[in-house]
Amino acid sequence: MVSFLLNSQMNHIQEEKADLTLLEYLRENKKLTGTKEGCASGDCGACTVVVAEISKATDHSLQYKAINSCVTFLSALHGKQLITVEHLSDGNTLHPVQQSMVEEHGSQCGFCTPGFIMSMFALYHQPSEIDREAVINGLSGNLCRCTGYRPIIDAALKICGDKIEDRFSRAEAQTITTLKSIDKTSVDTDNLIIPTSREALSQAIQSHPTAKMFAGSTDLALQVTQQLHTFDKLISLSLVPELTTINTQEKGLLIGAALPFNEIEPELLKHFPDLSELLWRFAATPIRNQATLGGNVANASPIGDMPPVLLALNAEIHIDNGYEQRTVAANEFFLGYRKTVLQQGEWVAAIFIPFLQPNQSIRAYKISKRYEDDISAVCAVFNIALEDKKVVGLSAGFGGVAAIPAIVEELNTALIGKDWSSSLTFEVGKDILSKAFTPLDDVRATKEYRVIMLANLWKRFWLESNHQANTIATRVVHVPHSTGVTSHA
Amino acid sequence: MRKLITQPGFDNQAQGVAGKSHKHESAQRQVGGLARYVDDIPEAANIHHGAVGVSPVASGVITSMDLEAVKASEGVIDVITVDDIPGHKDIGPVFSGDPLLADSKIFYHSQPIFAVLATSTTLARKAALKAKIEITPDEACLSVAQAKEASNFVRPPHFMRHGDFQGSYDNSPVKISGELFIGGQEHMYLEGQISMAIPEEEDRVTVYTSSQHPSEVQKLIAEVLNIRLHKVVVDMRRMGGGFGGKETQAAQWACLASLLATRNNVAVKIRVPRMLDMAATGKRHPFENRFSIGADEQGLLQATHVEINGNCGHSPDLSDAIVDRAMFHADNGYYLADCYIEGHRCRTNQVSHTAYRGFGGPQGMIMAEAIMDAIARKVGKDPLTIRKLNLYQKDSRNTTQYGMPVEHNLLEDLIQRLEKSSDYWARRDQIRQFNETSPIIKKGLALTPIKFGISFTAKHLNQAGALLHIYTDGSIQVSHGGTEMGQGLHTKIGQIVANEFGLPLSHIEVTSTRTDKVPNTSPTAASSGTDLNGKAAQNACIAIKERLATFFAEQVEGNPQLVEFTEQSVTLNEHKITFVELVQQAYMNRISLSASGFYKTPKIHYNRETGKGRPFFYFAYGASCSEVSVDTLTGEYKVNRVDILHDVGKSINPSIDIGQIEGGFIQGMGWLTSEELLWDDSGKLVSNNPATYKIPAIGDTPEIFNVDLYPRANDEDSIYHSKAVGEPPFMLANSVWCALKDAISSITDYKTDPVLHTPATPEKVYNAIERAQAWKDNSYES
Repeated sequence: MVSFLLNSQMNHIQEEKADLTLLEYLRENKKLTGTKEGCASGDCGACTVVVAEISKATDHSLQYKAINSCVTFLSALHGKQLITVEHLSDGNTLHPVQQSMVEEHGSQCGFCTPGFIMSMFALYHQPSEIDREAVINGLSGNLCRCTGYRPIIDAALKICGDKIEDRFSRAEAQTITTLKSIDKTSVDTDNLIIPTSREALSQAIQSHPTAKMFAGSTDLALQVTQQLHTFDKLISLSLVPELTTINTQEKGLLIGAALPFNEIEPELLKHFPDLSELLWRFAATPIRNQATLGGNVANASPIGDMPPVLLALNAEIHIDNGYEQRTVAANEFFLGYRKTVLQQGEWVAAIFIPFLQPNQSIRAYKISKRYEDDISAVCAVFNIALEDKKVVGLSAGFGGVAAIPAIVEELNTALIGKDWSSSLTFEVGKDILSKAFTPLDDVRATKEYRVIMLANLWKRFWLESNHQANTIATRVVHVPHSTGVTSHA
Repeated sequence: MRKLITQPGFDNQAQGVAGKSHKHESAQRQVGGLARYVDDIPEAANIHHGAVGVSPVASGVITSMDLEAVKASEGVIDVITVDDIPGHKDIGPVFSGDPLLADSKIFYHSQPIFAVLATSTTLARKAALKAKIEITPDEACLSVAQAKEASNFVRPPHFMRHGDFQGSYDNSPVKISGELFIGGQEHMYLEGQISMAIPEEEDRVTVYTSSQHPSEVQKLIAEVLNIRLHKVVVDMRRMGGGFGGKETQAAQWACLASLLATRNNVAVKIRVPRMLDMAATGKRHPFENRFSIGADEQGLLQATHVEINGNCGHSPDLSDAIVDRAMFHADNGYYLADCYIEGHRCRTNQVSHTAYRGFGGPQGMIMAEAIMDAIARKVGKDPLTIRKLNLYQKDSRNTTQYGMPVEHNLLEDLIQRLEKSSDYWARRDQIRQFNETSPIIKKGLALTPIKFGISFTAKHLNQAGALLHIYTDGSIQVSHGGTEMGQGLHTKIGQIVANEFGLPLSHIEVTSTRTDKVPNTSPTAASSGTDLNGKAAQNACIAIKERLATFFAEQVEGNPQLVEFTEQSVTLNEHKITFVELVQQAYMNRISLSASGFYKTPKIHYNRETGKGRPFFYFAYGASCSEVSVDTLTGEYKVNRVDILHDVGKSINPSIDIGQIEGGFIQGMGWLTSEELLWDDSGKLVSNNPATYKIPAIGDTPEIFNVDLYPRANDEDSIYHSKAVGEPPFMLANSVWCALKDAISSITDYKTDPVLHTPATPEKVYNAIERAQAWKDNSYES
């Protein structure tokens, strides 16, 4: 039984269909119509709700996360408090974020407004300081077609810079006590299998061999809401302890496959600060609060943004079936379009990313029509090792240019021993990359553009990682937390 | 109208509520999730849900239709095709051509062929996928070029001429030609199309719909059901965004819901899923336009020819007026001199393109800016210098291509002020210097004006009505023909009524828009909502105020013309009574406390035969200055700073007006930059969801975004001398497009005018950069 607080009421789910989305549940079952459906695909944010859960780090505080209810199944709520827009005001007194939106004229048609309010509410409860960049990041998953966002940014900045304790903070201890009283052992519903151990997961797969596994559900739910597929039974990976831990090991990070991006981001950025641009451009906050590294890998989409990173960083995929574990190099994991080495009964358990050596530096680039929440036309990640300006190692991963996330073997070998500061070295790489792929035309870009971009991102990498050239501005956007060469206009 | 009593302005009244930045009337409920949209209205116990089955091809003939599996699908109650329509089968708003359900022929991909009623939305949608329909496909016409080649038009062309274009062109020392492909735009209102029909007694029906045009929805439902209009009530409280996309496009779903509801005697809701909404409803017209101009050595226009080709999709819909408006705006703020404007309405096998904020204006005005840039590069002057040179003048060079003199022209002064406040010339120098030393990143700057004609070009639409009731506690309800889609119309109407009676805003309730309150209304479109309905509401106020003033004057034996309504009181010289008391006394004395108001726009006329007239009551003006940074390696860019000065006349609500300006600008920026509609070779829209069609996100808002209102009242007698603001700011975004071109032009030391079709996606910008670089390499070699 899935149990959670819906605002202040304890709710139990036992018989609902497996593929019922949280949005349908709220609007149709609970008649809570403040939460809106804009796209039912996690792209607009009108359906944003907030989930409060007990912080894993402290165990005595709540973390507030905005999620897209349209791509969420009910299993995601177990042991948590789900907060909807109707619950924010205290009687007739609006919550500070609501009042701020009113004051700043942040709503016009109002349809996106509840979603913005919920993202802003989550932002209000972030412990860190909220500057303009944090506001943009926190509201990146909410589209508004009326205002042009300026008053919304102002509303968020104003109120997050002047926080007072709200009734959620005041009730925090009580909420935690209530949440802790929820039974954590038997979570399955009639149709949602929610194993809480590796063994139980293996058992679940044996009992339901055709049931799909999911973690964040941000991709699988689209099959329900967009393709109208029915899933009678589903297996959630979110409560398997082995899949939801992150270990900092001597030689690298071992990241549980079912951990949402926003939970792994701090550790990832600590060791790989140059991934910041790609992580910032990876989907939007509500999706990052649910989507997992394991999902991004196991989906084997050619346009996932993390597989190129894993290829460039020579990561390893840890695969499990409950009895045996095996490890596959990232570049051997993807077999074909949406096809991987995973066998029936297997799952991605974790991803190991080795730390960089002092002589290595990386850059992760993405090109898309829009900076926030867009899918790559081209993604390129470069990892180079230099000694005395000579290339001693190179690995790179590419997305959007082939049926699978791909490497270019020749690029990795041809430059070894060459002088990295020489434009001839750059030219060798450019030639290789220009011939490496025959990408497709699609809605995001033409094949010609994609091919040229491989060479041009290579040029950007060469410029940015070359100390002679790094006084040149190479960016039009501010890249957060970037290390090494800082070079934006 | 006879004005018996003193009219309040809103300058000198401390308590007057017009002219102040009141919050949107629904803001409090919107932030609480309590503002009700159609899908949030509590459902009747017997509600069922509709969905449609659509065509998988863009053009063809239906040869067989087997709907047995649909009918047998779980939860299905009813399935209807064109043969089940009792009345009109065509719901074309002005001209015919829009079948409610396909009648043997398929005109566009995703055209609805049949409708299903089921016990839930999901079951209805699933059932709709089970049809077996055979269609013999025809060759689809998918481009303007193809349509022109085949002389395939939805309406005849229209022409505007002024002077002798050919003669002046031949004599001009500077001649330039160019072409521009201008992409369409998806409305992407956050609330998709939706209607809910409730069958009433016998053949009557009440319909809740998200529509900008309730009266037209009422009429079309009546025609489809084959009943008279008075049996249909349409109720529209608010839309979750419209932008033109719910002017004609809401009717189909309302008609289908009404038909299913009356056939089955159950309440019926049709909520269109996003992907279908994007595929099956019309968009902003893509255009393919050309120009040839002649200018003197200084860059002053001598002759202008603009050929405008709108991709109208499969039917006329509103395309006649849209292409006309593009033609009316091909001058933007510039005197085209001897000119010839031609407008063609091309028929393609796409969904019928429709109204969208600006209504063809943007696709005309961008041509004027393209021409200015082209001249500037040719004669080697700053584009702003050329723009200023070519502005309409006061005494000569002041007549538009359609013969309307440009009076009360604000552009010269407005541009001068913006030039100063945006620090244009100093930044121009800085940017030139920056670009000289920055090989990868190039900056661009542009300042562009707008001049936008206000009034429906279909003259009869320039009318409005209002209905006003005062209750015995002094509270007031007002209904009017305009619809609230977020633009703050109801807030402004409330302010006008409160201002007229000297009451606080909280005493006024603006109701939902209902066809049984105010009949025969015009769409809320053409930026006209406040101009038309505000005046109508004011006239309703005046009618009751006259009655109350006469009544009060009789009591105190004074002159009714001296009665004033201020601070919740009514005064006549030394006599004073509270508003509530006077209302109660009036009731006891059997004086009517209800009135209707009517308004029609004066002065306007246009002769389509001659292409001459005064189609617009007045013009709204504005200008914007945008700065961009462009990455020449990838074509990606960022809008760094935007300064806007915009003319709203005397603002009724400055914050709401600024909201329209900022929102319009960003929407216009999306149209010109990231929002790319793409159809595949079979005519299927492939950018059919928000994952593949990218409207601006929050990070696209420029960090420096200065917006000011130009301080001058409308010279025409509009409501409180304000100006319409819905559409004009959309075109302010032209400066972003021009700034991108400016940045690219810097590669050639500003010697070339880059061809940059819109939307200027990173890929299109990159391609223009490559061409500029090739030009530069060639010019070095030679």
